[in-house]
Amino acid sequence: MKLPSFEYACPATLAEAVRILADHEGEAKVISGGQSLMPVLAFRLAAPSVLVDLRNVPGLDRITITENGVHLGARVRWCDIESHDGLRKAHPLLVQGISHVAHYQIRNRGTVGGSLAHADPAAEMPGLAVACDAEISVQGVAGSRLIKAADFFDGALSTVLEFDEIITGIRFPAWPSGRRWAFEEFARRRGDFAMAGVALHFDLDAAGRACNAHVGVIGVCSHPCRLTAVEEVINGNVVEEDLVAAAAKAASEAVAADVTGDMHASAEYRQALIGVLVERALAHAQV
Amino acid sequence: MQVSMEINGKAVSIDVEPRMTLADCLRHHLGLTGTHVGCEHGVCGACTVMVDGAAMRSCLMLAVQADKAKVVTVEGLSCDEALSPLQAAFRKHHALQCGFCTPGMLTTAHALLSKEPQADETRVREVLSGNLCRCTGYTALVEAVLEARDAYQGGQEA
Repeated sequence: MKLPSFEYACPATLAEAVRILADHEGEAKVISGGQSLMPVLAFRLAAPSVLVDLRNVPGLDRITITENGVHLGARVRWCDIESHDGLRKAHPLLVQGISHVAHYQIRNRGTVGGSLAHADPAAEMPGLAVACDAEISVQGVAGSRLIKAADFFDGALSTVLEFDEIITGIRFPAWPSGRRWAFEEFARRRGDFAMAGVALHFDLDAAGRACNAHVGVIGVCSHPCRLTAVEEVINGNVVEEDLVAAAAKAASEAVAADVTGDMHASAEYRQALIGVLVERALAHAQV
Repeated sequence: MQVSMEINGKAVSIDVEPRMTLADCLRHHLGLTGTHVGCEHGVCGACTVMVDGAAMRSCLMLAVQADKAKVVTVEGLSCDEALSPLQAAFRKHHALQCGFCTPGMLTTAHALLSKEPQADETRVREVLSGNLCRCTGYTALVEAVLEARDAYQGGQEA
């Protein structure tokens, strides 16, 4: 349907944007690409009194690769990640995961910050952030702060962002050479929201055993989470057939308490699916 | 709010409510009814237009966000009185039936081939998967887009 009525602000600085949010005490919403917020408005699930557009705020659209990792500005779009020269080497898991986000036209407009703020349980960006121990930087009236991705999402479509805070970027820790990784998700149509997905990486010790395993899942619980029980199964072992099967079983068990069903897939289906995806991801993990 | 855009090569300046989508602005204020509105929440792709050279869903964009942008709609794709090579390929391959999705298919395919004139069948299928068509079954659409590639070689925009 047609959008509810609102005012529109297009500030030229971050400080001004934050002040408008603060002045409206939770009645204002940030918009950039709008690829999640516009459908929310069209369904009238939200009716903000003012939209604060970030398109004139400078410095939020950069991709920076340093020895400390990969930093993505909040206004970096999916197509920017897809077409970036150095990113595939600097963080292959990130690039592979993002290749599953939405359809062509949406990829030209949707942003990293928007996906994090929207916090869809099945979205790739929040899942990658949690799986990879990323840190999200936010700016509010009182100043800026860094929030670990694991602490950022507190439910479906819900984050710990205060009403005056704007996401400015996200930093993924540096990617060591030799790291094994895989991203697997299942959706009925490529680009649609996944029924479930897995992002994982692990390193190998001198004896060829897996260590430092990170296993993150999307689409199965109210927010993206790491499966520590699966990581414990993997750590200290050689990744071969029996271990892959054990990890898959552990994954299905680990999500049992939290898995949710909906019109797209039942809880039982998702629980089985997450096991299959962990199995595929481990079996296909590449350097 | 006052918004200035270049639409299909012509400068326009109009007064719109902030809540008006670019799709509604094109249709209701500018009479450019070639842009179709299907789902109105970014699922069907019928309202696709090009904004500063990139395909976007005009129902997922506010008209005020298009201020100072260059917008090309399906009306802007035809050359004089003749069909463009892309349109001609659609006609030849029967890539439309009811025609509702056609403006979005044409603008999406045009944006794709302008940037990636070598796009292979896999890529064309991947990109068109974001546009719903309930008549053709897509086979004819994919054939038409693949055939139209010739006209886009050498960076020339058909």
